[in-house]
Amino acid sequence: MEKMSRVTTALGSSAISGRTMFCHLDAPANAISVCRDATQVVVAGRNIFKIYGLEEEQFVEKLNLRVGRKPSLNFSCADVMWHQMEENLLATAATNGAVVTWNLGKPSRNKQDQLFTEHKRTVNKVCFHPTEVYMLLSGSQDGYMKCFDLRKKESVSTFSGQSESVRDVQFSMKDYFTFAASFENGNVQLWDIRRPDRYERMFTAHTGPVFCCDWHPDDRGWLATGGRDKMVKVWDMTTNRAKEIYCVQTIASVARVKWRPERKWHLATCSMMVDHNIYVWDVRRPFIPFATFEEHKDVTTGIVWRHQHDPYFLLSGSKDSTLYQHMFKDASRPVDRANPEGLCFGLFGDLAFAAKESLISGDSNRKPYPGGDRRYPIFFFKKPDLTEQFAHVSSALSVFESSLESRHMDWFVKTARLYLLGGKPFAELCDHNAKVAKELNRPQVSTTWTMLRLMFSDPANLSTPGPNNISKLGNLPLMNSFSMKEMGTESRLDRSKGESRQDNIHLEPGNSLINSNNDENEETEGSEGQAEYMFGDAELDDDDLYSMEHEIQAVEEQEYTLPQEAFPLRHEIMDNPSVPEHLQQDKADSPHASGNEAEVMCLTPIESLSLIAISQPLFSPHLPAHFFCPVVREMLSHYAEQGDVQMAVSVLIVLGDRIRKEIDDLTQEHWYMSYIDLLQRFELWNVSNEVIKLSTCSAITCLNQTSTTLHVNCSNCKRPMSNRGWICDRCHQCASVCAVCHHVVKGLFVWCQGCSHGGHLEHVMNWLKSNSHCPAGCGHLCEYT
Amino acid sequence: MDIQDHNATARWEALGSRDARSRGTAMEHISQEVMRRVESIGPIPATVPSPLATAGHSTSDLNDILARLLMMSKRCPFDDVRERCVWLLQNVQDLGVRIPRTLGNGPSRFIPEKEILQVSKVDPRTQSIFEDAFAALGRLDNISLVMGFHPQYLESFLRTQHYLLQMDGPLSLHYRHYIGIMAAARHQCSYLVNLHVNDFLQVGGDSKWLNGLDGAPQKLQALGELNKILAHRPWLLTKAHIEHLLKAEEHSWSLAELIHAVVLLTHYHSLASFTFGCGITPEIHSNGGHTFRPPSLSQYCVCDIANGNGHGHLEERRGNHQVSEVSGEVEVLMERMKQLQECRDEEEASQEEMATRFEREKTESMLVATAEDEECVPSRDVSRHFEDPSYGYKDFSRRGEHVPTFRVQDYSWEDHGYSLVNRLYPDVGQLLDEKFQMAYNLTYNTMAMHKDVDTTMLRRAIWNYIHCMFGIRYDDYDYGEINQLLDRSFKVYIKTMVCSPEKTTKRMYESFWRQFQHSEKVHVNLLLMEARMQAELLYALRAITRYMT
Repeated sequence: MEKMSRVTTALGSSAISGRTMFCHLDAPANAISVCRDATQVVVAGRNIFKIYGLEEEQFVEKLNLRVGRKPSLNFSCADVMWHQMEENLLATAATNGAVVTWNLGKPSRNKQDQLFTEHKRTVNKVCFHPTEVYMLLSGSQDGYMKCFDLRKKESVSTFSGQSESVRDVQFSMKDYFTFAASFENGNVQLWDIRRPDRYERMFTAHTGPVFCCDWHPDDRGWLATGGRDKMVKVWDMTTNRAKEIYCVQTIASVARVKWRPERKWHLATCSMMVDHNIYVWDVRRPFIPFATFEEHKDVTTGIVWRHQHDPYFLLSGSKDSTLYQHMFKDASRPVDRANPEGLCFGLFGDLAFAAKESLISGDSNRKPYPGGDRRYPIFFFKKPDLTEQFAHVSSALSVFESSLESRHMDWFVKTARLYLLGGKPFAELCDHNAKVAKELNRPQVSTTWTMLRLMFSDPANLSTPGPNNISKLGNLPLMNSFSMKEMGTESRLDRSKGESRQDNIHLEPGNSLINSNNDENEETEGSEGQAEYMFGDAELDDDDLYSMEHEIQAVEEQEYTLPQEAFPLRHEIMDNPSVPEHLQQDKADSPHASGNEAEVMCLTPIESLSLIAISQPLFSPHLPAHFFCPVVREMLSHYAEQGDVQMAVSVLIVLGDRIRKEIDDLTQEHWYMSYIDLLQRFELWNVSNEVIKLSTCSAITCLNQTSTTLHVNCSNCKRPMSNRGWICDRCHQCASVCAVCHHVVKGLFVWCQGCSHGGHLEHVMNWLKSNSHCPAGCGHLCEYT
Repeated sequence: MDIQDHNATARWEALGSRDARSRGTAMEHISQEVMRRVESIGPIPATVPSPLATAGHSTSDLNDILARLLMMSKRCPFDDVRERCVWLLQNVQDLGVRIPRTLGNGPSRFIPEKEILQVSKVDPRTQSIFEDAFAALGRLDNISLVMGFHPQYLESFLRTQHYLLQMDGPLSLHYRHYIGIMAAARHQCSYLVNLHVNDFLQVGGDSKWLNGLDGAPQKLQALGELNKILAHRPWLLTKAHIEHLLKAEEHSWSLAELIHAVVLLTHYHSLASFTFGCGITPEIHSNGGHTFRPPSLSQYCVCDIANGNGHGHLEERRGNHQVSEVSGEVEVLMERMKQLQECRDEEEASQEEMATRFEREKTESMLVATAEDEECVPSRDVSRHFEDPSYGYKDFSRRGEHVPTFRVQDYSWEDHGYSLVNRLYPDVGQLLDEKFQMAYNLTYNTMAMHKDVDTTMLRRAIWNYIHCMFGIRYDDYDYGEINQLLDRSFKVYIKTMVCSPEKTTKRMYESFWRQFQHSEKVHVNLLLMEARMQAELLYALRAITRYMT
C-alpha cells in the first residue's frame, strides 16, 4: 500500500498531455501494455514485439525486442504485461505455451530473461502481482494456472481449474492474496495464491467462454467479466454468493474489459469479432455506450488506460496494425445522436409517450398523474459530475389511459366470444350473429348479418324466419366502441442521473405540467366542428379515428369528466349514411347490379326508421347467390378498412366457399392474421384457435401446427420425460398422476406452479372449493389463476 | 392425382407418429392401397412373360411401395409397424407378386450387420433418438444407424442437421437440399445425392435443376466455385470469392444466406467423407438398395462389384491371417502414448525443431499416397451437379506456390468462427460448437480390449493431423507426436477419407487399427468428419471476416 501511494504521488507530479494520434505497426497486434509512468507502451503480436515512446505529438519506436535471425515461436505473443512496480520488467505469453520474461536493463540486444515452458498449450494470459516484484501468474489453454517466482527457474505453484481452458487471470487490486480466473466453459473462479489445491469459490458467469475479467481499481469487491455471449457483467464479490449487479449487453463478443480510472461506473470494452469500435460504458446505463472510439479498421485486440489515475487517455492496438491513443474529448457520444422519444400502446389502449423535456413546453393545465412516478423509479443517484456526464436527457413520460368504466373494446371481446362461426346451418349462424350484434348495440353489423342470410340462403329455407327477424333500427343506439375516456394521467420520468431527486418537484402544483401534445390539441379543439364534419364526410377509417381520439381525449382531460359529445355525433354520422352511400356507389359502378340494388333499396321502410331493411316477400328468389358476391366482397373490404376486421373474418368463415373465391388469398390471410393477432392480445385463446381451425387459408391453418411441443418433467424423478407417453422411462412410474384421484391424467392437466402438484382440472377445482392447501399433502398453499 | 399423392405421403409420414393408433390407421390405409394395386395388376403376374412391359406404370408404382415397405420392415423404430410390414409383404408374396429383398448386408459395407445396433434392440435412449429422427424425416437412414454406436453424438448430429435443413433459416427449403446435392456430388457421393434428390423433389424443387447445375438459378451456379474450392483446396479461398458472391447484382447472396450455404456445404462435404469412410450402403428403398431378382441370380451386391470389393470373403480371410502378426499393435500404441506423456516434461524440443516438425508432417502428408488406381463408378451420374470434375485435392504445400500457414491462434473456431456464425445465423454457432466438442471429447476410456485409457492424446493427434493436411497449425502442438501415434496405414486411410473420400475402399478400412472395435473406427470417422468440417469452416469464415473488415 505504501508503494502504491508513492507511485501515485510520483505520477501526480508529471501531468500527461497529448492528442489523438496513431502509428502504423508492421503487423497485427495481439496485446498492449503501458509502463507505470505512462511514457512508453509495449505492443505484442504474432510478428511484432516493440516498445513505443509516447510523446506529445506522436509515437516513437524505442526498441524492437524481436531479435535474432530465426524468430522462434516464443516471440509469438498472445499477451503482454509490463510490470507496474519495476519498469524494466515485462512478461509475455507465447502461443506455443511458453511464458517469457524480459529485462530491459540488460545490456545485450536480446533482452530475454527467463523462459518457462511448463504449460502444454497456448498461454492466454500473464499477470504480474500489483505490488510484488517477483510474482507472475499465467493462465493457459491446458486448464492450468501457474504462479512463478522470477527468482526461481520454475513455477512455485500450479492451480488446476478442473475444467476447460483458462482465458484470463487477474490479481485483485486490493486483496493481496486473491486472484480471479475466467474459463472457456463460462465459469469464474477465485483463488487464494497460498492455496493451490482448491479454488475459494466458483460461479458461472456467462454461457460460453468468459474471455476477460477485470477487478475494479477502487472498489474491492467488484469484478467485471466479458464473454462470448456478448455481455459484460459486474459482480459484487463481497457477498457470500457472487451477485450480478450490472449487466451490459453489447453487440458482439467481448474480448477485453478495462475499468476506467477515477470513474467508478465506467468501463471500456472491445470486441473480438465483427465490431471494431471501443466502447466506454456507464454500467448504470447499459443500453447506450457512454463514449465510442471508432478509429480502428479491424478488430481491436488490446486496450489499456494510459495512466492508472488519468481517465482521459486510452491506448489501443488492433488487428489492422495500428496503435492508437484516443483522447476522451474526441470520443463520439452516441447519446447525442440518440432519439430520446418513445411511444407505446398498452393492451387496453393506454398510451405512453416519453419525450425530451425541452420538446415539451412548460405550461399545462393538467393534474399530475395521481401516483406520481411511483411506477417508474428513478435509477440514478450519482451526484452530478458536470465535466463528464451523459447529456442531460430528462424526459417526460406521459401515460394516457382509457377510462375504466367504458372499456372501449368490450364489444370486441363480447362479440368474439358470442359469435358462432360454424357447426350449424348457415341461416342459423347468421341469425345468431345478428342477434349478438343487436344486443351489443351494433345495428349496422346486425343488419349486415341479416342481409347475408337473405342473400345466400336457399330460397326454400327462407320461409322460416319471418320478417320480424329484421332488426329494428329505430332508436339507433350509439356504438360505444370508442367512447373511451381519459383519466388524466401524466407523469414525468426523470431519467437524468444528475437531477436525481428533482422528481419531487413535479408533484408540486406550481410546477409545469407537461402536456406532450398541447399545441396540437388546442388546434384540434378549436376546430372540433370541422373535424366532425370531416369524419362524416370522408369516412375516415377506424385507425385514423382511433389515433385522433387519443389526441383529442388528451385535450379533454380535465379534473371533471366531460361528457363526450363529440363521439356520439360522430358515430351517428358515420354509421348511418355509410351503408347507403356505399350501396349507391355500387350502383353507380355497376349498372348491371343496379336493378337489384334498387330493389333492395326500395324494400326499406317496413317498420323501422332504418334506411336499410329487407323484407322477404319482395326478394326475388331467382337471383343466384353468387350474384351478390361483388357486393359482399366490397362490404367485407369496407369493414376491414374501417378496422372491424372481426366482421370481415367472421363473415368470411360463415360464408365459407360462397365467398372465398371472390377475395384473393393474400387479403384473406392478412385479415385472418390481423384478427388472430387482436384476439390473442385480448387473450381470447379459444376463439383465436377456433378461427385458425375454421380458416381456409393454408398459411393460417398451419399456425396450429407450430410449436406444439410441450416439455414435461417426470413428477417422480424430476427429470425430463424423453419419450412421450404416460410412463417415465427412468423411474418406470406413471408420470402425471392426479393428486386428488391418483389416476393418470389424460386430457386437461392443471398444476400449481409453486409445488408442481396438480391433476384433473375438475378434481382440482372441486378440491380448491373446500381447501386451500395442496391436495398432494405437501403443505403448499396452492395458487391458481 | 396431386391430392392422392399428398394423401399417400401423409400416410407414410403417419407411420412415424408416436401415437400407436395413428400408426395403425396409416398402416391399414397402406395395406389397402397395396392390395388394391396388386389386384389391379391382374391375376398372378407370373403367367405373363414380362410383367414390366405389360403392366408398366402401375407395376413400377407398386414396386416402389413394396420397396418402401421393405425398408419400413427393417428400419422403422416401432415394433408394430415392422411386424405389419413383414406380414403385408408376406401376404403380397403369397398372392404371387414378386417382392423385393435387401441387397448388401446392413447399413455399412465395412461393418458386419450383426455388429451394428439392431433397430429392434436398442436402449431406451437410442430408441427415442431413433424415434425422433424417424418422426422428423420419415426414415432412419443408414448414416444414423451407423452413428448409433455413439448415441450422444448422434443426438447432437441429428439436431444440427434438422436445424440446418428444416428449421428457420435464410435459405428456402429446396435451396438447402440442392446445396446438399451440390456438395455431396463434389465427392461423387451418390448415396447422399440420392437421398437429397428425393427430399428436394418432395419440398417442391424444380426437377429441371437436377439435370445439372446449368438448369439451376444463376445464384446457385455462382456457388459452384465456392463449393469446388471448399471441398478440395479451402486454403485458396479469398475474400475476392466472397465478394464475387455477395456483389452479383440480382443474383447476389446475402451474408446470412451465404453463411447458411457455407455451413451446409461443409456439412455435406464432411458427411460425404463419413459415408465413404464407413462404407454406407444405399438406402433399402432407393435404387441399388434392393432387388426383385431372386437370390440365386447373383451372390454379390452391385455396389461391391462396382467398388472392386467382389472378393470380400477372400480378403476377410487374409485379414484374419494377418491379425496374429499385429496383435501387439494396440499395446505398442499405448506404450508410445505413455512414453510421450512422460518424456514431454523432461526434454523439450527447440522451437526450430517444432517448426520443422510441422513442416515435415505437412510434406509427409503429401507423400502419403491415396489409393491411386481405384476406379469409382457412381451409380447415378452425379457429376452433372458440379462443374470442372478434374479439380481435386492438391497437396497443401506444393513446390512453387506458397500459401501461408493458417494459425489457429489467430483465427479459431471458439473465439472467432463461433461469433461470426452465431451473429449471422443464430443458434447454429451453438449447435455446431456442441457438435464439435462432442466429437472431440467423446471417449469411453477404452482402447480395443483395454479399459481406463486416456485417449486425449490420440484424439488430439488425429484432429491436428487432419488440420495439418489443410495447412492449419497449432502453435502449441508438437507435431512429432503424430508420427509416433499414427502409423502409415492409418494415415493413408485418413488422407483418403478427408481428401478424396470416393476412393476409400474396404481394404483401407480394414487395414488400419486391426484390433480395434468397429465402434472405435466409427468414432475415428466422426473425428475425421468433424475436423474436416471445422477446417473448411475456418477457411470460409476467415474469408468472410476478411471481406467484412
